[in-house]
Amino acid sequence: MTAESHSDKLDTDLAFNLKGGMLTMTVIELVRQEPERFARQLAEKVRQAPNFFKDTPVVFSLDKLSDELDATTLAHLLQICRDSGMQPMALRGSEAFRPLAQHCGLVLMLPGRVRDKSGEGERRGAAGPKKPEAVRRETPVAAAPAPVAAEGIPSKVITQPVRSGQQVYARGGDLVVLASVSPGSELLADGNIHVYGPLRGRALAGVRGNTEARIFCQSLEAELVSIAGQYKVAEDLRRHLWKEATQISLDGDSLKIVPL
Amino acid sequence: MAKIIVITSGKGGVGKTTTSAAIGTGLALRGFKTVIVDFDVGLRNLDLIMGCERRVVYDFVNLINGDSNLNQTLIKDKRSDNLYILPASQTRDKDALTQDGVEKVLEELKLTFDYIVCDSPAGIEKGAHLAMYFADEAIVVTNPEVSSVRDSDRMLGLLSSKSRRAESGERIKEHLLLTRYNPVRADLGEMLTVSDVEDILSIPLLGVIPESQAVLKASNQGVPVIMDELSDAGQAYGDAVDRLLGETIPHRFLEAQKKSLLQRLFGGR
Ligand SMILES: Nc1ncnc2c1ncn2[C@@H]1O[C@H](COP(=O)(O)OP(=O)(O)O)[C@@H](O)[C@H]1O
Ligand SMILES: [Mg+2]
Repeated sequence: MTAESHSDKLDTDLAFNLKGGMLTMTVIELVRQEPERFARQLAEKVRQAPNFFKDTPVVFSLDKLSDELDATTLAHLLQICRDSGMQPMALRGSEAFRPLAQHCGLVLMLPGRVRDKSGEGERRGAAGPKKPEAVRRETPVAAAPAPVAAEGIPSKVITQPVRSGQQVYARGGDLVVLASVSPGSELLADGNIHVYGPLRGRALAGVRGNTEARIFCQSLEAELVSIAGQYKVAEDLRRHLWKEATQISLDGDSLKIVPL
Repeated sequence: MAKIIVITSGKGGVGKTTTSAAIGTGLALRGFKTVIVDFDVGLRNLDLIMGCERRVVYDFVNLINGDSNLNQTLIKDKRSDNLYILPASQTRDKDALTQDGVEKVLEELKLTFDYIVCDSPAGIEKGAHLAMYFADEAIVVTNPEVSSVRDSDRMLGLLSSKSRRAESGERIKEHLLLTRYNPVRADLGEMLTVSDVEDILSIPLLGVIPESQAVLKASNQGVPVIMDELSDAGQAYGDAVDRLLGETIPHRFLEAQKKSLLQRLFGGR
């Protein structure tokens, strides 16, 4: 935990600015796991549009993969991407892929977190006719209101427990907490909030009015959850999906809580 | 390299001073040159528990102010040549401790001691802050009740953001010590269980000290309870010291004593 995320200290001299913006990422949707074929087809794409791939952050999607993927094959595929100049950032797939993601040092993005915009990438000519491993561009949902173009807002990622009395704010973007969130603590984000430990404090997503924001948590034990100002307290939350993995979104004027 | 260990909790009356005395004595008995520093200015009672209250001449505040030097101020324990106590001031208020002053004294202590055990006052204000600010490791003392766990959680947040280590991007090594544990009451749901507390605080468990008559008896006699090797609390503290030194020992005293057949037949608790 760093000092700036702590509410006890009134620190007015900014050491940095958090800027809003949209981050475009390329998704590599894996259809079959054949490293040789993958390398060959990727090389072909890179040849067509070399600048497109240079230093491009990519999300590795396993949504379309039917058979099991082992760590060695994944590491091999990731290395091929890196060798082509891309920067694999995250793994998209179900909860079952978490160990794999951790093993490869990637963030796990649960499906539904990103909206596909497959047509667009093809129109840009980055991809020819659909090949087995389609390379597509897409935009994360976590679009912040601030219209600063192409200046990606990295999600704020917290790896240590958020303790009672602490407050963490992800301005302009998403907040990802990989540890537990204690009672008496508060999470705030302009975008979505993801909590991979138990969520026992308060979580307020879309605090600047983004009604599209959502809260995802592994275990809903929160004191309060809120999206764009609509909230529910523990007393109400306890009746439904308490301690379950849930997704919370805004449905009209009320919060919708569904299993993850 | 000298190690500074703070015994802290947030909440008062949970067993910090009892623990400071026990852990400090345990380290000394295992051959490490150890000093226990009482940061509880105004509420000094470490010297009572250590049984050296009648030999206090100078205190921590005198030392900071330059009224006395280290040799004059440290009290040597009667039981171990490796153990010293730095008493708190009884008469001054807590503003008498300054960060610079504390740092200067700790730096001087580091030259001669292997372990510097800091007994923190309750709360999260200045005294508690100074006690933990320079620490390398922290033993967070918690009782199995919701308010104590909440305060410990808060203290853990401060350790990871407001300590010198945190400010330089390092971490204080955190240990959980659950004290005054009563397995019977935990089983009955009247108290939190060990796993409840571990689940909420999610830091490694250094030890579980049972609620014990031996503690009161020891503190009335001015003998740290760890010296009472026949008692459950004394043994539990002994295990905790060994774990602090890196040993892996199974936890004891976690389960309610099984009733004998006779006790069961003839009832009673
Ligand atoms: N394991 C224990 N069993 C029974 N009583 C205990 C135990 N630990 C501490 N106590 C008692 O609790 C009270 C507070 O302990 P103390 O160490 O002074 O706490 P703190 O320093 O946190 O205020 C004392 O009366 C002490 O004898
Ligand atoms: Mg005390």
